[in-house]
Amino acid sequence: MKYAAKIEVSLKPGHSNPEGETTSRLLVELGYKVQAVDVSKLYTVHLDATSLAEAEAKAEEMSKRLLANPTKDNYTISVAEVK
Amino acid sequence: MKIEEIKVCIMRVGGTNCDSETQRAFQELGVQAESVHVNELIKRRNLLDYSVLVFPGGFSFGDYVRSGVIFARHLSANLAKEMETFIDEGRPILGICNGFQIMVEYGLLPGFKGVSAYPEAALTTNEPSGFKCKWVHLKQENRGKCAFTGKIPVGKVISLPIAHGEGRLLFPKEKEEALLKTLIDEDMLVFRYCTKEGDFAEGKYPASPNGSFYDIAGICNREGNIFGLMPHPERAMYWWQQPDWTRQQQMMEYGDGKLIFQSIIDKLTKTS
Repeated sequence: MKYAAKIEVSLKPGHSNPEGETTSRLLVELGYKVQAVDVSKLYTVHLDATSLAEAEAKAEEMSKRLLANPTKDNYTISVAEVK
Repeated sequence: MKIEEIKVCIMRVGGTNCDSETQRAFQELGVQAESVHVNELIKRRNLLDYSVLVFPGGFSFGDYVRSGVIFARHLSANLAKEMETFIDEGRPILGICNGFQIMVEYGLLPGFKGVSAYPEAALTTNEPSGFKCKWVHLKQENRGKCAFTGKIPVGKVISLPIAHGEGRLLFPKEKEEALLKTLIDEDMLVFRYCTKEGDFAEGKYPASPNGSFYDIAGICNREGNIFGLMPHPERAMYWWQQPDWTRQQQMMEYGDGKLIFQSIIDKLTKTS
């Protein structure tokens, strides 16, 4: 079966976030009342698996092995079957 | 090992752009150096023909996902056995800029307990943000373990250029003080960013170009044979690469970068 796994990688709390701070500062300069900007990266992985559980397990493995660095990144996974 | 027996492999891939300068620096000092595409090494299975491995600077695989991670995983998927033997035999490995990022993502550095399955550190977005291309000062902090700094006395300030957008070294927040203690106790700390006078940058720009934790610019593993740094020694090899050469009356023939290449050659010719 075909699945789409959405894997969102974001910065762990406590680490500084220069990209978000720079973006936030620019949005304020553009006239918006912005307090902060969090930056994350969203990967949609299209994959084959025999079940939802297997697709989720594969997405978890991909996050650990490639998409997130555990030193600084958190990740969330959401998998859905593609009909 | 005789100097003519030393064979340096400068491992390149799409996006690498500092391999030629690195090759020239080694060749200048009388050793064989080849720029080899990683796929050639995978095809020929001949990594172990080389005595030194270098991951040069550049933007391997376009810095996609995170700088260095795709090259690191490409290697672990295709050349793990040869890499393991190379490391187990204690052969020297140098990572410059993107090469340092590759080593951290591979788990070669810091290497608190050998090669780690997942990265134990990260080299991430500069703070202040943005790509920085400039000369920096570094203080040599290693007490003797690092195989690449034997020619640089402890406490000496050297000058090398940097060119990166993601050079801020960080450790997991909850472990950073304990890991720093290990780095110092085990003599794994090598270079720290400082001012021209030798005062540590304390995270402040411009002495620190990237906000790196504890001003760290370069570290080695516990054994001292694996060394990574963000600055580019191959861009500070000759007098004519120095930023102020037009203003000098008398120039040294070589820049500070030479000390790093010469150190590993001396180490290999004296110890084995």
